[in-house]
Amino acid sequence: MLSSPYIREQSSVSVIMLKVMLALIPGIAAYVWYFGPAILISLGVASIAALIFEAAAVAMRGWPVRPVLMDGSALVTAWLLALSIPPIAPWWLTVAGVFFAIIVAKHLYGGLGNNIFNPAMVGYAVLIISFPVQMTHWPAPLALAGHHLNLADTAHFIFSDTLPAGEKIDAISSATPLDTLRTQLQLHRSVAAIEQMPIFGYFAGKGSETVALMFLLGGVYLWLTRIITWHIPLALLTALALVAAVFHFIDPQHYAGAWFHLVAGGTILGAFFIATDPISGATTPRGKLIFGAAIGLLIFLIREFGGYPDGVAFAVLLMNIAVPLIDAYTQPPVYGHKKVQK
Amino acid sequence: MTHPIQNFHGGVHPEENKQVSTQSPIRVAPIPQQVFVPLRQHIGEPARPCVAVGDRVRKGQIIAKADGYISVAAHAPTSGTVTAIALHPVPHPSGLSDPCIHITADGKDEWIERIAVDYRTTNISTLRNHLRDMGIAGLGGAAFPTFIKLNPGAAGAVKTLLLNGGECEPWISCDDMTMRERAAEVLQGAAIMRCMLHADTVLAGIEDNKPEAIAAMREAARNCDFPVEIIVVPTLYPSGGAKQMIKLITGREVPSGGRSTDIGVATFNVGTAYAVHRAINHGEPLISRVVTVTGNVGRAQNFDALIGTPIQELLALAGDAPEPVTGYLMGGPMMGIELAQTEIPVVKATNCILVKSDRLFPPPPRALPCIRCTRCADACPAELQPQELYWHARSKNFDKAQDYQLFDCIECGCCSYVCPSHIPLVQYYRYAKSEISAREKEQQAADHARSRHESRLMRIEREQRERAEKLAMKAAVKTSDAPARPADDAKKAAIQAAIERAKIQQADNVNNHPSTK
Repeated sequence: MLSSPYIREQSSVSVIMLKVMLALIPGIAAYVWYFGPAILISLGVASIAALIFEAAAVAMRGWPVRPVLMDGSALVTAWLLALSIPPIAPWWLTVAGVFFAIIVAKHLYGGLGNNIFNPAMVGYAVLIISFPVQMTHWPAPLALAGHHLNLADTAHFIFSDTLPAGEKIDAISSATPLDTLRTQLQLHRSVAAIEQMPIFGYFAGKGSETVALMFLLGGVYLWLTRIITWHIPLALLTALALVAAVFHFIDPQHYAGAWFHLVAGGTILGAFFIATDPISGATTPRGKLIFGAAIGLLIFLIREFGGYPDGVAFAVLLMNIAVPLIDAYTQPPVYGHKKVQK
Repeated sequence: MTHPIQNFHGGVHPEENKQVSTQSPIRVAPIPQQVFVPLRQHIGEPARPCVAVGDRVRKGQIIAKADGYISVAAHAPTSGTVTAIALHPVPHPSGLSDPCIHITADGKDEWIERIAVDYRTTNISTLRNHLRDMGIAGLGGAAFPTFIKLNPGAAGAVKTLLLNGGECEPWISCDDMTMRERAAEVLQGAAIMRCMLHADTVLAGIEDNKPEAIAAMREAARNCDFPVEIIVVPTLYPSGGAKQMIKLITGREVPSGGRSTDIGVATFNVGTAYAVHRAINHGEPLISRVVTVTGNVGRAQNFDALIGTPIQELLALAGDAPEPVTGYLMGGPMMGIELAQTEIPVVKATNCILVKSDRLFPPPPRALPCIRCTRCADACPAELQPQELYWHARSKNFDKAQDYQLFDCIECGCCSYVCPSHIPLVQYYRYAKSEISAREKEQQAADHARSRHESRLMRIEREQRERAEKLAMKAAVKTSDAPARPADDAKKAAIQAAIERAKIQQADNVNNHPSTK
């Protein structure tokens, strides 16, 4: 039987997911501006694949398909994955990533709300381990690219892996700043010298730093609309900045500074959109601080001492494992249970 | 002078909808032809009828006496004849019936002799018994017997008397109207309670969406012969919850499982203070209360209605519903209970009758899975983690739910209100609480049966042993009469050994008994 409350706030999972997607728009716009239209195609491919996989999984489980698709969670996963991998990667790479995200990480764990790991990051991890070469084909900033592909050429490349006659992959792609830093450091060049290379901008990568700042804008919007709280992003960014600053202070020749780490790679996207995934993240205020700070620390460790150029995905996945423990040990005191009362 | 306010955690701000029922003054509802006075209107033991079918009763006459410690009396709300003492539908979520005294009114509304009591010269225990016999129970909704809360206990235990004028539930305005129109009487009631509790301070907390009530109470406080501070608190549901009001005004928290008096605060609803005043200073028992009739009705209004009035009489006074009626609630939309039918009488806890329509109270959307967004935790005034409680309640992992302090949940409904997945969270907690209580009851019954069974076994064993000892003794006496022989010593030793064995066995049995563990 129905019982109170009989009124409800106007809110829904769909609206939350829609706002998350809305918050990604400025970053995507900047992405297109600096790197060309490829990201739009990969977002489209990922979205369609996500909806198909989600619908198939839901139908196989005997659930009503339409309301589940309407919750928007599959699309958010698809977008976050697409934004984490090279947009000019072949279409099947994106689809494979989405498959692992939606079918394996989400539905095999019980569907929305039951996944232990961040689905988009599972998809990313599978791809970077299985297809390391394709995962390095990042588009070069248009300002540095030898050739600009139009939308049709880009689509042609993504779907059939062929470039217009006479063009080579090197003309449209380049290593990311994090990649460049890693390889150049192995050539015994100093950080300061490396940062003079054309791929670098004011803080980190040319173009990509603006994209990151646009994601920051979207992240602030999420915070202002109370979709996320400040705890995880702030703890993550602070921890990362602190540890980077300490290493940079001790050995500036080998360690890039705090600004670089904050703006480069997937830091901002990870801090505001990925680590804040409520389902696979910590829920208590203190737990969120620990969870965020640990991810920030792990990002730095993986970038500087690990085998991969960026560490956001692995940092998030590693901390996902620790969430039940963190939550259990950070339960806030309940009303009437606080020991010290003035 | 502004009193510092300490906000409580969480809370929500639903649309208030109070102004619709405050446009006209409290209207005295006419005497219905028949009233149904339930014996169980308060928390505790139901009252025991002390009239018989066919008796003529006068208005205010006691018709059922308090039974047991936690109980209060019930009275005839008007003069007439007792026609039945039988089951009648009562306000309860189950829609069940409960024993009620049915009275057919004679329309004369003839009072008993009303005797005022001078509370300044009467001892407290007499006053408390008087309030019990006057049927005073909390009018804020819980209907806890007021006289029990008016026990000062250890001298000076209650420093602060707190009048709760929060009335945070949307739609309800009975306390608002009571304060607007009866502020002086409310404070006269407070004067009595202050005297009974030996309280130093009298405070009244009122939400800032009731400016007229605040003004009226301030005016009354100025004319009071003891200091009363009227404290304005922000409008935020559930500020009217006793624990939240105490936190707002004193900055302190009632310890879990404890009472507000543990931190020196006694809290009473403003309507209760008014009822105490009528009972002591006018000798009038609690036979009427202010009821808001609102929602999907023609003219929303507050009525001063006799206890026992079928709610359909009030609904008729409030005019035709403009929209199709989809149900009736007693209480507000956040914590109210659904009424199965309109023959149900007004009881002491009836603060509001809320008529539903699909437009005002749309049916809940389909529930989706929990995404652990923790909006519920942000909204929870008890500072619980509702998403964890939900998880454990749903999987019937009740021990775990209790680890997460399920029983500190005040069932305010904020979690369900904010949930973007539209999960009926508080409904799950109610279910888990009732399951746990049922299991505990079952466990108690089982323990009781087992201990009875064990004592029976022990008794049988003891009787057998005693018989054996007696026989042994008899045999021993017989043989000791005869001249001593070497064989006798052996026999004696055997008897002694048997007695020892019996003793040890007895000791073992005692040790194994659960009650001695």
